[in-house]
Parts: sequence; C-alpha cells; structure tokens
Amino acid sequence: MSSTSHHPAKNLNLTLRVWRQPTAGQPGRLVDYALTEVSPDSSFLEMMDQLNEQLVAKGEEPVAFDHDCREGICGMCSMTINGVPHGPERATTVCQLHMRHFHDGDTIIIEPWRARAFPVVRDLVVDRSAFDRVVQAGGFISARAGSAPDANELLISKQVADYAMDAAACIGCGACVAACKNGSAMLFVAAKASHLNALPQGQPEKDRRVLAMVRTMDSEGFGNCTNFAECSAVCPKEIKLDHIAHLNRDYLVATVKNFFGKVE
Amino acid sequence: MKLDAKIPAGPLADKWDLHKASIKLVNPANRRKYRILVVGSGLAGASAAATLGELGYNVSCFCYQDSPRRAHSIAAQGGINAAKNYQNDGDSVYRLFYDTIKGGDFRAREANVYRLAQVSVDIIDQCAAQGVPFAREYGGLLDNRSFGGAQVSRTFYARGQTGQQLLLGAYSALSRQIGLGQVQMYNRHEMLDLVLVPDKTGGEPHAKGIITRNLVTGAVEAFAGDAVLLCTGGYGNVFYLSTNAQGCNVTAIYRAYKHGAGLANPCYTQIHPTCIPVHGDQQSKLTLMSESLRNDGRVWVPKSPAVAAKLRAREIKPHDVAEEDRDYYLERKYPSFGNLAPRDISSRAAKEACDNGLGVAASGQGVYLDFTDAIKRLGHKKIAERYGNLIDMYHRITGDSPYHGPMMIYPAVHYTMGGLWVDYNLMSNIPGLFVLGEANFSDHGANRLGASALMQGLADGYFIIPYTLGDYLAKTGAGAPSTHHEAFKTAHAATNDLLKKMLSIQGDTSPRAFHQRLGKIVWEYCGMARNEAGLKKALQLIPELRAEFWKRLRVTGTEASLNMELERAGRVADFLDFAELLCRDALDRDESCGGHFRTEHQDAEGEAKRDDERFHNASVWEYLGENTPPVKHIEPLVYEEVHLATRSYK
Repeated sequence: MSSTSHHPAKNLNLTLRVWRQPTAGQPGRLVDYALTEVSPDSSFLEMMDQLNEQLVAKGEEPVAFDHDCREGICGMCSMTINGVPHGPERATTVCQLHMRHFHDGDTIIIEPWRARAFPVVRDLVVDRSAFDRVVQAGGFISARAGSAPDANELLISKQVADYAMDAAACIGCGACVAACKNGSAMLFVAAKASHLNALPQGQPEKDRRVLAMVRTMDSEGFGNCTNFAECSAVCPKEIKLDHIAHLNRDYLVATVKNFFGKVE
Repeated sequence: MKLDAKIPAGPLADKWDLHKASIKLVNPANRRKYRILVVGSGLAGASAAATLGELGYNVSCFCYQDSPRRAHSIAAQGGINAAKNYQNDGDSVYRLFYDTIKGGDFRAREANVYRLAQVSVDIIDQCAAQGVPFAREYGGLLDNRSFGGAQVSRTFYARGQTGQQLLLGAYSALSRQIGLGQVQMYNRHEMLDLVLVPDKTGGEPHAKGIITRNLVTGAVEAFAGDAVLLCTGGYGNVFYLSTNAQGCNVTAIYRAYKHGAGLANPCYTQIHPTCIPVHGDQQSKLTLMSESLRNDGRVWVPKSPAVAAKLRAREIKPHDVAEEDRDYYLERKYPSFGNLAPRDISSRAAKEACDNGLGVAASGQGVYLDFTDAIKRLGHKKIAERYGNLIDMYHRITGDSPYHGPMMIYPAVHYTMGGLWVDYNLMSNIPGLFVLGEANFSDHGANRLGASALMQGLADGYFIIPYTLGDYLAKTGAGAPSTHHEAFKTAHAATNDLLKKMLSIQGDTSPRAFHQRLGKIVWEYCGMARNEAGLKKALQLIPELRAEFWKRLRVTGTEASLNMELERAGRVADFLDFAELLCRDALDRDESCGGHFRTEHQDAEGEAKRDDERFHNASVWEYLGENTPPVKHIEPLVYEEVHLATRSYK
C-alpha cells in the first residue's frame, strides 16, 4: 500500500467486464478480467492502465480506449460504466472518476459509447467524426483573421456572456448521444448553436447556422429528441436542457423565415 | 549550420511593421497553387491552418487525436495576456514586452518578444469576433485578472477554461475551412518523419513533406507540400509525469532535428508551482491548478518540521496550526509579488521547503494553498464564482474540499521553453520548415510567464505565419514535389522498418514501464535543481536505459491495426534519445537562468545567478548521427533596448 496516497484506505479487488472488439467489422463481446490491489486514489483510467500492463505482461493485447488530457476537458475519454456514460458521478468524466467511488469486490461493466452514429473502431474506441461534421456545417462565426473590431466595441452583458460560456463549456465527448435511447445529438448541437446564437457576433449567421447544423445532424444518423433528458443528466459539463429549448426556438424561426425565402 | 535570425533593421517598435511592408506576397489568385502541411491542431496549428485556408492556400492538417478539438491547448486554464490596458493600470505594449523579456530571464530574442506584445491586442479582438465567451463586467466590457510576474491586470479569461474556449474558437474557424474544402483534415494521423527534397536548382534541401501513420489502419503514408508547419507542442512528457496530455510527444520536432533542424535550449523546462501532488505509483499524469488561484490563495508550510510531520500523518489538521507557526514563505521572501511570484521562483521555493522537512502531503512533497482568508474576505460565493471549476476538479481528484481546508499543491513539469530554433519568420534553419507555438524556442526565453503560452500560439498562427510564410512561398514558387520522389520512398521505408523493429524485439517490458523509468531519471537529475554530478549521472543512466529498451521492449499486436502500445513505444524511443540532449544542454549551460537552475550558480539568497558574459545566447544543437555527440552552435542575443538586470521580484 503506497504511503503517498491522500487517504489511507484499503485497496480494491475488482472484476472488470470489458467490451472487446478487434475491428469495426468483427463482432465484439464482453470479457471478464480480475484486477487486484487497485488503490482508491487511482483514477479509473489509471486502473485501466493497471489492467493493460497486466495483459501486456501475459502477451495479450491490451484494451484500446481513447484518452488524452486525463483532466476532464479534451472530451476524448468515452466509456460507459455500468450502463452510464462516464460512470456514476455527476458532472465527472471517466478520466476524473476515481476508484474511491467503488467497493472492494465490485464487478464493473465497461463498454464503449453505444450509438448508431458512433461506430466502434476497436474495443472501447468509437468514431465521433459526425460531431466534427456538424460543426463544419455551421458551428462557427465567420470572422476572417485580421478583420475584427476592438473587442470592447461590442458590449455583451455579463448575463449573456455567462450564458454563452455555460453553453460553450461542452467538451464534445458524446456522452449525451450515448445516454439517449434515441441516440440523439440535440444537446451537443444545442450547446454549440445556443453559445453562438446568444452572442451579438453570432446574429448575422444565426438562421443559416441552425438550419445547416440540424440538417447535418439528421443526415449523420442521430436520432430525434423525445425529451428523455438522459443527455443532460450524464453531461460532464452539466449542459442544461434549456439550450435544447433555445435551439428548437431558433430552428423554428429559421425554418419559417427560410420558407419565405429570407435565409440565404 | 547557419543561424541567421533575420531580425529586421530599424527601431524595435517598428521592426514588424517595416518587415510586413517589405516582404514578398503571394497574389491571391496564385495561393491555390500551394499546399501547406500543418502538423498539429492546437492553438498554433488550428489558427495557422484556418488562417492560411482563409487566405486561399490549400492546407492539409494532421492530428493524432480523433478530432482537432482535442489538442492539449484545450486544458490551459487561467487566461491570455494582452496589452490592451483596459484596466487603466499602466499596461502598454512596451510593458508587456519588458515583463515577458524579464520573465524569461533575459534569454529570449528581443525582436520576437516585442512583436508578440504588439500583436497581443489583435488576438483578443479576433477571439472576441469568433465568439469566444470572455468574462465580462456588468457594463458589458471585457474583464481582466492578474497573473504571475506582472503588476498590471492584463489577463483575459473565460472562467477557468480559457484554453478550451480559445482553442474552440480556432477549431471553429478551422472547421469552417474544412467545410469549404480549403483544408483537408487528417484525424488520427501521427507524423513520424519529415521529408527533405533538394530545391528546384538542385541546391539545399527544403522541407517538402511528411510521413504519417494512420493510427486506425496502421497505414504509413507520404504527403507532399510546399512548406511544412510543425505545431506539435512541447516535450514535457520526457519526464513521464507532467501536466501534458498522454499523447504529447517530441517525435515530430525530434525527427526534424535528426534531419538537421537546430534544437535550441532544451534545458529550459518549466515547472508549474501549483499542481496536485502525486498519489502513488499508478499516477499517469499531473493535474495543474491554475496560477490564477494564487491571486487569492496563500501559500504556506508550518515553521517547524515536527508540526509538518504531524500534518503528514494526519494527527493534526491545518487549522490547528496557529498563524505565528505558519511560514507564508512567498510573501516573506518576495514582498512585491508575494504569492504571484513567477513560476520558477515559486516552484523552487516549494521544493526548498519540502527538502527542509516542511512538506505537508503524505509523501512529504506538498505545500498548502489556503483560501481561508479569501473566503473570509470575499465570501464563499465570490470564491466559487472565480474558481468554482478548479475547486471541483481538486475535490474530484483528491476527495478533499478546499472550502473546508487548504489545498495541497506541489510543482510539476508543465511547459517547455526550448524547441526547434526559428528565425524572425518562424522558419527553422531548414528552408520550408516552420515551427509555431510551444514547439519552437523563440519567445519565452528561460521561463514563460503565465497566460502567455496561449498568446504565443495564436500570435504565431493568426498574425505572423500568414505574412512570413507568404514571403518564403513567393520566393520559391509553387510546385510541391511528387510523393514518388526518392526522398519520400526512403523516409517511407525507414518508418516501416522502425515500426517492424519495435514489434520484433518481443522482450518482457512494456513501453509504459520504460517511460516511467526514464521519467524518474530525468526528474531526479534534470528537474528543478540540477548539478554537474547529477547531470553526468543521468548521461550515464539514459544510454543504459536506451540500450535496455532496444533489447527488452515488448510491443503486443501488429502494425496494421489500431495499436496504442506501438504508438507509445515510438514516442518513448524518441524520448530516450531526446532525454540525453536535454541533460547535455543542462550540463553545458553552466549558469542558472529561469527554469534552468544549477545549484552551483545561486546567490546568497538562493536565487538564480546568470552568467551573461558566457551565456547571453541561445544554445542550438545540431545532430551529427546515431552514436555521435551533437555539436552546439550559438545564437548570440543582441539586445538593442533592454538592459540586462538581475531578475528580482522582491
């Protein structure tokens, strides 16, 4: 037991039930692994590293999983733990989840994001490029470098700035899609659209933006929103459902305007 | 190796404008004839790729993650500096320039730093125009906060996620260009080699391509272009534990170095003073707590080692320690800057306290960052508003709440000021090879000030490279070589051979295990406090470890599939080479400056003692081959305006 841990507590012995799938085209299955002496101060991914070192030592291929920053901001880590994307703790990504939230003897089921629009690449790694394509369609403000006015020329009330920041906090991880029974990306699209549409800089392209992003979202194979609200519940950045309402309103307005030929 | 910084003539304040007015341009109608390869999609890479796309160049951009938005720039917390002087407290372009040069311990190139301060104001405007949600005051104007090493409030921020929001701004601009077809984006592609092709007159080789590995299929591919921009970040992961992302690596710049690009000042590594202490052997990375916390938090340790021991064993609590028994050592040692003393100084002070037995974490390596006074002064709500997400992050990782007791922090490797040498145009000594952001060596000298990394990455990408690249392209003309050229075939084959070699060893030790062992050596002997004996020891241990790597490496799986073990093995192989260069540079630079502290060179108060006579210059290393020591070249630093002074923050 390491003497450098923050809270002296017993190590955990666990059964990990992990989804293994060699490639996109091959079938996958859940495989059980025993892992002992897991420190409660380890993060979930450090625990997975421990599993992988054990597998490599036996000459077996380790479990492939996406990760990078390991501090809850890049949006790469994407595991569904015991059926919940990012696991049991609210507003916490899988890389921020620590083993002190589990118990000695637990069985932990570890799966990739499950959604038609996020095909599995290998083991726990999925393809989320659909998200990038949605942003490419309209998740931006067209502002050529070098052409901007002085930043203080646009007054933005603290309230609007804070609201935009709340929406902009989305890390693009896709937990919302994975949690939704319909595999809907509405929370993700709403977060981006309402961030930009709330700001004065975003007004000129407001209608084009929502029409293009929603159109792309639909063509990527995401499902429709039927107000389950699972998305917001698992969102590690606690993006609120209010943004979906905002998107719906903007989309309705844009659709009507478009019908009358008012949107370019 | 010819090192010509190409600093323009004229007064410091006019150099950049004069340069822009005199460099060659590429006609808008001609720009589509060029293809630019941008490696990396962080602040520097995404802003460069987007801006070059806006200008009409064809761009191919590469990143190893699944999306450009994952780049580690996203994790920067505290803010971005700019000389707007909105706070009316004495800021100016000159002051930001001077603070940065002084903060770099007078080891940066003057003209580059002045330009950085000049364009800083444009960066804020550009980001605001993109919709970056900077914090605003009630009247609707932008808010600012203070950061280390400055006595003005010049830092713009978006809660505690400024890096994320700036990157998402650049990512959205990049996304627009991808959607328009101007930029081809290659996600999950890692650059493994640079390709040099002799120029059209058969002369000096220019950088005209890269070799990549598709991280999903394993396919090794060649890409040709008219210029290559390396925006691949820093090498902090040579220490294994750092605040970097897991995938961050030195490979792209190191391969360029092996092709003849000068690698400058690798020993200038930055240790950030406020990171969460290590919990145990499974630790995979260190988490940074933004420097902005030091605006309101107070750093302290108990005065007595006996009390420290009791705190470590959790026999007493921090609030049991009376005020008079506490040493607020930053306030004591540096009255003018207090808790906002620059990073290198604060980090060494923390190490000193812990080396003297006053550390408070169970491992002995941790000091307190205490918000009790700030909570009393400002109220719980105000503190939550300013630092909420950082406090939540701390609680998630340690299980402790900073509202109920002080946080524990300890220094950790965070940023690297060294990198590939570049001239005033951001071009390396290899024509056609440009280096932007943390990957280059230029603007921060021996120590980077807080909130200036974000500034540099975006300055390079939005406002500098669009001009200086045009000058190079106009001079060389369009017409990238074909990937059938011999040079591509050679590099392609070499890359395949290396991958096969790593897979064939089938030893008994994983890449991660080697990485961990390397990290321990480099942290111990080339970390916060370096000395001749230790560095020589490291220069003995590292080649031994490297030899063992090539004998005992075990990489599972194959190269023709997604294989993260193989990815890590390649990165560790380059770290094992690079670590030697790092230690060699630290040994060679026989002075203390900024983040490079040689215990043999300190003044009576334990501060860094520079040797300006011998070392007021940049050390630029040239690779001479596999088993040959590199040779050092020097770029003398000529200061036209700044007078060298002792860097004091008292």
